[in-house]
Amino acid sequence: MKDLKSQASKSTTPGKGGLTPEIQSRIGHQLRAMYDDVVRQGVPDRFAELIKKLDAPGATPQVENGGGSNDNNGRD
Amino acid sequence: MPLTDSLRNDILAAVPSLRAFAISLSGNADRADDLVQETLLRALANIDSFQPGSNLPAWLFTILRNLFRSDYRKRRREVEDAEGNYAKTLKTQPSQNAHLEFEEFRTALDKLPQDQREALILVGASGFSYEDAASICGCAVGTIKSRVNRARSKLAALLYVDGAEDFGPDETIRAVIGGSGG
Repeated sequence: MKDLKSQASKSTTPGKGGLTPEIQSRIGHQLRAMYDDVVRQGVPDRFAELIKKLDAPGATPQVENGGGSNDNNGRD
Repeated sequence: MPLTDSLRNDILAAVPSLRAFAISLSGNADRADDLVQETLLRALANIDSFQPGSNLPAWLFTILRNLFRSDYRKRRREVEDAEGNYAKTLKTQPSQNAHLEFEEFRTALDKLPQDQREALILVGASGFSYEDAASICGCAVGTIKSRVNRARSKLAALLYVDGAEDFGPDETIRAVIGGSGG
């Protein structure tokens, strides 16, 4: 009898009025399940477009040199 | 720092967790997306004040959290259908039991004081360190730890009845957040 009692208190009691590890992990699990469900929805188009659009005004235009270099002219 | 391509991509990559944070805080999907939008606009408008190399998600979460709190003060008197609205955002229809359990959890979470709820979400779901959570909430690390502790205890009391009394701040807290590193 006293064996049982001491074993039980070893494996399941949370210490001074604390939470059992079981309950702790259950709370953690539910919290993350709720959160991750939204994370998995990814980026709605609305936000992808917003970020793209706002980038445009400040963007520095890329100047491209078309192949027409004149350096070597006047060679005849 | 200027808005480089890579910074823009990093901001984009943070959007899913920003939404999850906003929904967890507010319990309302439409309001959450408005919050995220406002957060992005502010972030982009103030991108110069972002320190290169510092924690971008933490910076964005700080903006969202502050917006939520000022918004909350404005809306305090409004009555909202938090759960109903949130349920609409779920992609998969959970089974009846899982759904009930989810609603219970959501309801319990909404009963926590705001300070405790945000601390618990940042550490327990977003995976921020105590230090980052403290800087997001503008308080001491020890304060975050004790808020997370009290949040857990209260949730346990609301959901699982037994074993829910206060426990020491540091004793069990590490075990609570087993996965915060990854």
